[in-house]
Amino acid sequence: MDTAQEETTTLTEPKKTINVSGSVALLEGLIAEGTDTIFGYPGGAIMPIYDALYDYKDKLKHILVRHEQGGTHAGQGYARTSGKVGVVFATSGPGATNLVTGLADAQIDSTPMVCITGQVYAHLLGTDAFQETDVINITTPVTKWNYQITDATEIPSVLAKAFYIARSGRPGPVLIDITKNAQLQMFDYEGYTPCDHVRSYRPKPLIRKEYIQKAAELINSAKKPFILFGQGVSLGYAEQEFKAFVEKTGIPAAWTILGAGAIATDHPLNVGMLGMHGNYGPNVQTNACDVLIAIGMRFDDRVTGRLDKYAKQAKVIHLDIDPAEIDKNVKADVPVWGDCKETLPLLTALVEEKTHPEWLAEFRAFDKTEQEVVIQNELHPGTGELTMGEVINQLNELTKGEAVVVTDVGQHQMVTCRYAKFNHTRSNITSGGLGTMGFGLPAAIGAKFGAPDRTVVAVIGDGGFQMTLQELGTIMQSGVDVKIMILNNRFLGMVRQWQQLFHDKRYSFVDITSPDFVKLADSYYIAGRKISERDELVGALTDMLNHKGSYLLEVMVAQEHNVFPMVPQGSSVSEIRLK
Amino acid sequence: MSQDTELTGKQEFTITAYTENQIGILNRIAIIFSRRKINIESLNTSPSEIEHIHRFNIVIHETEEVVRKLCRQIEKQIEVLKVYYNTNEDIIWQELALYKVPTDIVAERAPVERLLREYGARAVVIRKDYTVFEATGHREETDKLIEVLQPYGLIEFVRSARVAIIKDSEGFNAKLREFERKDPGHDVIENEYLDKEKNVFSM
Repeated sequence: MDTAQEETTTLTEPKKTINVSGSVALLEGLIAEGTDTIFGYPGGAIMPIYDALYDYKDKLKHILVRHEQGGTHAGQGYARTSGKVGVVFATSGPGATNLVTGLADAQIDSTPMVCITGQVYAHLLGTDAFQETDVINITTPVTKWNYQITDATEIPSVLAKAFYIARSGRPGPVLIDITKNAQLQMFDYEGYTPCDHVRSYRPKPLIRKEYIQKAAELINSAKKPFILFGQGVSLGYAEQEFKAFVEKTGIPAAWTILGAGAIATDHPLNVGMLGMHGNYGPNVQTNACDVLIAIGMRFDDRVTGRLDKYAKQAKVIHLDIDPAEIDKNVKADVPVWGDCKETLPLLTALVEEKTHPEWLAEFRAFDKTEQEVVIQNELHPGTGELTMGEVINQLNELTKGEAVVVTDVGQHQMVTCRYAKFNHTRSNITSGGLGTMGFGLPAAIGAKFGAPDRTVVAVIGDGGFQMTLQELGTIMQSGVDVKIMILNNRFLGMVRQWQQLFHDKRYSFVDITSPDFVKLADSYYIAGRKISERDELVGALTDMLNHKGSYLLEVMVAQEHNVFPMVPQGSSVSEIRLK
Repeated sequence: MSQDTELTGKQEFTITAYTENQIGILNRIAIIFSRRKINIESLNTSPSEIEHIHRFNIVIHETEEVVRKLCRQIEKQIEVLKVYYNTNEDIIWQELALYKVPTDIVAERAPVERLLREYGARAVVIRKDYTVFEATGHREETDKLIEVLQPYGLIEFVRSARVAIIKDSEGFNAKLREFERKDPGHDVIENEYLDKEKNVFSM
């Protein structure tokens, strides 16, 4: 902008300022960014912000969580269903350190969040003051960006930068630590200006057309092309572009657990789940395809298995917005840097319209084997104890794939990701990269606030539920409608499975006892029921879904049931075991 | 190529990073190495030719593949503008060393003039009780002068980190000036509360 001109404008129209506290400026900024819900917990060092919040109750809904970790997971759930930035408040010291797990989870799963922590007065920094902790340094490895504010005048610009960084490029969590004096400090507020660029930050790499060209040539000449997609598709709001690409090329597509739902489960070209407990065909065919097209995924070790035996025969095309992901685990023959919302249409324009009936038939054959050996027994056992798979299958029948399904971590998570049906994007909310037990219940609360018109079902194991069950209090107080389904096998099932398969059945500290979950729910005024018989299942699930308000259904399932197929750690994806 | 390089594929790399002058960026960069248990052999950070932009020189011993991944992860940090990596063949580098020795011994027993000439050193301070020499060069060169001065009662020695110029860089200076022209750096707000013991209550 021309400086002279700017000065003239300033002279004729002086900027109107109002004298406000740093706390008020913060809340005004949050409203300007479109925030409607905050998950938080007050405390000494964040009291001025909470005091200001008292006057903003009509504009900003505050959900009082029962532990700050629950606040971060709720923020994640909210961000994942709504596509907006999750906002979390916590106080200094223990409040701030309790955020670390959620931040790490959001960092590795690219979830946009802005966490605000209170901090001791600036003049007390470094003195071991009451509830002082060096939150900036503690959270540096688990945030995309963080910043400490000691002067109120910085609040509007830093908040704007925080939101911009959290949601642009590859999204991630940002933490702002605000000293108490800055929250109290009065200053001349000039209004809120959103941030649209940071000079040292390139959220989107420039798209290099020659690589699009090369990728298209490879795809057009491929006999056995195979698409792997991850959360990048939904993070980039590129579901339509992705579908168009898949349908024009006729290439079978398989998903990572965070990618699930970016294309509907029953789309004819959706061939299933990748990875350690993924489907048979997608894993084996990774080592049979000739061109591998990875879209918005990062070749996590749980997806690739043994790297030196991973897709060595294939030419690899890797589309990703984050240059640090290219060649990190799997070398790309053609790297396509960029936002897939932009790169996919460019690629779709250059590829030939094709079908691959024979290649697709190979996937169907693998699927048939998997159906016979694994899926049929899992979904329709007929006799014996209930299986996790048949519970999820029955849930599909009732929700028709319309629900948001939130999971915790472990066997039930793998079973749910394998069998849950998703018609829509942003419907599978799970902790992928970090594998955080305790994620499910608080994430489900946030997911419902992020998608209030949708049914939210939380599928949680008996172990993970006991890690964050205090959030039943949040459900009680906020009145949020979450259907909680505990799949209770009286074991820390995934660890038990590994101990059975790889440690001579030495079940070391995996037998976990549980309280009466239904009574527990009842003490929080949440309705509930416990079942263990097959003939109760449909009725119980129907009652849960039809119940007005939250409901807890505990389903007793087989105690020593294993999740298969499985790529044992250190094995190649083509060495996947069906039993 | 050294024997070590042939065995492990590891060699010395100099990483050059341009960053904003921001509190905490040193930590953000350092943990990218420590997270992979990589030791930083030498680290220099100082203002570049552009106000508000700093230049890091980091020396590590690693394989090129790992160095490339590290550089991408450093460049990903919000406040990092640009990162390069180079082998020793690609750069001109220097380290500065200071040597403090007792003046009487050096004057009496060591042929000072010869030392100065041979090692390209110069005397920075000459006092009655001690003399401080300065030498610049590669590690081996400054190391040699330690050996030579040790018998003469070396009192103290200090060496700077490596500073390096990339031989075939296409003038990053111009690019930096472009950054600055488009969006001048913000002044860091000094923390007025740090010095003020305000009469405040605390909970």
